[in-house]
Amino acid sequence: MTVGLPHLLTLSAMLFGIGLYGALSRKNAVHVMMSLELMANAVNLNLVAFSRFVTPEAMTGQFFAVFSMVVSAAEIGLGLGLVLAIYRRKRSVELDAMQELKG
Amino acid sequence: MSQTLPTVAFYLLAFAALYGAISMMSTRNVVHATVWLLEVMLATAGIYLALGAEFLALVQVLVYAGAVAVLTLFTVMLTLRRREDAVRPFPVAWGSLAMAALFTGGVLLALNGFCSVPTGMPATAPGLEDFGRELFTTWMVPFEIASLVLLAALIGAVWWTGGDDR
Repeated sequence: MTVGLPHLLTLSAMLFGIGLYGALSRKNAVHVMMSLELMANAVNLNLVAFSRFVTPEAMTGQFFAVFSMVVSAAEIGLGLGLVLAIYRRKRSVELDAMQELKG
Repeated sequence: MSQTLPTVAFYLLAFAALYGAISMMSTRNVVHATVWLLEVMLATAGIYLALGAEFLALVQVLVYAGAVAVLTLFTVMLTLRRREDAVRPFPVAWGSLAMAALFTGGVLLALNGFCSVPTGMPATAPGLEDFGRELFTTWMVPFEIASLVLLAALIGAVWWTGGDDR
């Protein structure tokens, strides 16, 4: 029994699904950001696995994963900064408290 | 000649990652959820190491396990100060669960039925040295753009969070 690319893709899909559930269901902005990080992590795992199994010499997937990590690091920094700014205005980070645009 | 991943190590790491992710969703405490996220990130770093991506494993530990977890913990401490904010039951959201399960099931079905993926791993993988050389020759311009993105994110985060007078 060997571990191949399908095992890695299955693991990554499951992690992505769990992160998707968290991002859809949580009422707390910090928890939603964490779930988004979990999803980004699953995508990076996919990139690295494809890079290793399909084109190990070019390492394209690894470079894509590096840049994807840059973007998700910027995203979590800005997102948590935004959460802090919202907390300062509203004294709450619950998503239910942010519904000014609700019709 | 094809090589395979170490089976026991892979299954241990995959179990650690999935268990951590499920615990992150089922725990009642936001701080515990952050620590579970940290565990998932460390398990992923282990899988990167098994895949021969040493640099990415290091970056994963530094950026995700180090910076992101600490940043999230700081935000939890600054925003969810009362205990009843940070510790409370999270009821199962069946609609979200159904959507996520549907999505995951669709992806797994597509993976099984519609595409033929190679199972054998190529024996040779370039090392850290080739990675660095490639990064600073072929991927030079994206690398610089990435540093600009990080700079913009840094300035934006400082602007948003700093000072009460804005």
